[in-house]
Amino acid sequence: MALEISSEPEANHTSETRPDYPDPKDKLVAKVQKRFSGDKRSFALDVEFETPPGITILFGPSGAGKSTLLDCLAGLIRPDSGRIAVGEWIVFDGLLRVNMPVPRRRIAYVFQDLALFPHLSVEENIRYGLRQFARREQQQFCASILQAFRIAHLQGRRPVEISGGERQRVALARALVTDPLVLLLDEPLAALDAATKSRILDDLRAWNRAHGIPILYVTHVREEVFALGDRVIVLENGRIVAQGSPHAVLSAPRLETVAQLAGFENIFDVVVIAVHEDRGTMTCRLGGSRLELETPLVRASVGSMLRVGIRAGDILLATAQPVGLSARNIIPGKILSIQQRDMIVVARVDCGIEAEVHLTLAARDSLYLTPGQEVWLVVKTHSCHLMAR
Amino acid sequence: MDWQAFALTIRLALIVAGLLVVIGLPIAYWITYSRWRWKFLAEAVVALPIVLPPTVLGFYVLVALGARSPLGREWQALTGHTLAFTFEGLVIGSLLYSLPFAVQPFAASFAAVDPKLMAASATLGASKFETFRRVILPLSASGLVTGIALSFAHTMGEFGVVLMVGGNIPGVTRTVSIDIYDQVQASNYVSANQTALVLLAISFVVLSAVYALNRRIWAVWPWK
Repeated sequence: MALEISSEPEANHTSETRPDYPDPKDKLVAKVQKRFSGDKRSFALDVEFETPPGITILFGPSGAGKSTLLDCLAGLIRPDSGRIAVGEWIVFDGLLRVNMPVPRRRIAYVFQDLALFPHLSVEENIRYGLRQFARREQQQFCASILQAFRIAHLQGRRPVEISGGERQRVALARALVTDPLVLLLDEPLAALDAATKSRILDDLRAWNRAHGIPILYVTHVREEVFALGDRVIVLENGRIVAQGSPHAVLSAPRLETVAQLAGFENIFDVVVIAVHEDRGTMTCRLGGSRLELETPLVRASVGSMLRVGIRAGDILLATAQPVGLSARNIIPGKILSIQQRDMIVVARVDCGIEAEVHLTLAARDSLYLTPGQEVWLVVKTHSCHLMAR
Repeated sequence: MDWQAFALTIRLALIVAGLLVVIGLPIAYWITYSRWRWKFLAEAVVALPIVLPPTVLGFYVLVALGARSPLGREWQALTGHTLAFTFEGLVIGSLLYSLPFAVQPFAASFAAVDPKLMAASATLGASKFETFRRVILPLSASGLVTGIALSFAHTMGEFGVVLMVGGNIPGVTRTVSIDIYDQVQASNYVSANQTALVLLAISFVVLSAVYALNRRIWAVWPWK
């Protein structure tokens, strides 16, 4: 049974009704150091960054310290040292011995598993953080956030009775209705299909156009970086290895995490065997095979151990040995497997090393590709991106 | 049948179960969430009445309540009589005796609450106490019911501690199980049997209620 939304005039909850200590459009400035030492392995988080209002992606492989960082920001883990502040609002300062307790920080946190209260209805979940307000205001704030996230029809239901995408919206609404200064999202959309995900993100962006708070969005899925971020921070082993606009970070792939981020499905170790300064190219041998690749010239000498990244979508696949091409790398191989993944076809080809090639559905059908078939891979010199090992 | 003994026993069990909610919840909370390194010692002390012979527990309680102990002296100065062989003394003995039967189910159900929910509650601005009241407690309802019912039923049937601490004073400390013992001593088997049957029935009903309430599928039935 869908309940009617209260017919009060649209709640516009900004300055008058809410105690806003700092300017909500302030940026988050954080410097966090935290060391965990265990018997077998220890881990150290040591980062310094700032995020202006808008979505900042925190990208990195699992174990990089992304969730630990969020826990430190929210106050669930106490950093060893550093400083965390939103404008003048200092929530942690190691030197000043400030460590604001979690409930007072005004930093909203949506966990990976959402952590909706199972014994409360959607509306009660959303009202949970509004205790300090009068009933009338609670109703107002609640109604407006229910509307902003299009979940008004669900307000009487329990979390178990609604879909994954709806639960997602409830978790966001519950966190944002408290009017936080920062929003932390720990891979909350990982389990959703692309369409649902992008609709939810549109609503989140719309909400943030009015509020303008820094949103830190953790992910290890690189597609999300392109889809979402105004900025990206790349975390590896507890340290920031790159940060900036997605374009700036991705156009200079020097580290392997960044390379994965930039979409290099194929990353191989290579050894430089010849440098052709006059032509602006080099010849590299792929580790563990006799294959040679012509690559762009970088500052390296013969014998240098490098790594090459090639996007699966940059490799051409031919069923007969091609002639008269400008591309310098034409490598024979054999198809190992062909799989359809969403709208692309992923072919794995054995050519001494195993390479991943992405094709369109139409290309697969017109070439009649089957496993075991002999093919040629074509890679342009400038599709080979070199990085340090 | 000695209805006076029944009334007294039920009164005792209700008071003890009620007090154990008040005492047991903070103890269970502390046992579940404390990171104190010697916590296991406290856990062992709380669980002690489960394995200790009731006469041993009763003996120490009697000594502690007696006129020569500090507690006994204070009480005597305050009220003019000793705690031993009184209803109040019985309540204290029973509290200790039934403590683990309340604390253990409470603590077990607190521990089953997802810590992420508590973290979420904190980030939403709730204090620890508020989180306890609005998240932990409602999600521990089954453990709460179990603890209350077990301490009630356990107090109903206790014998050794009552005999040691309370003696056998009709209307003051004579509980049902003491009454049954008396009847048997007097070779009054018919009367003993009647009383025992009632006690058996009560215990069965209480335990059935606990298990019925803890049935997961009933969480949504008959209301939805």
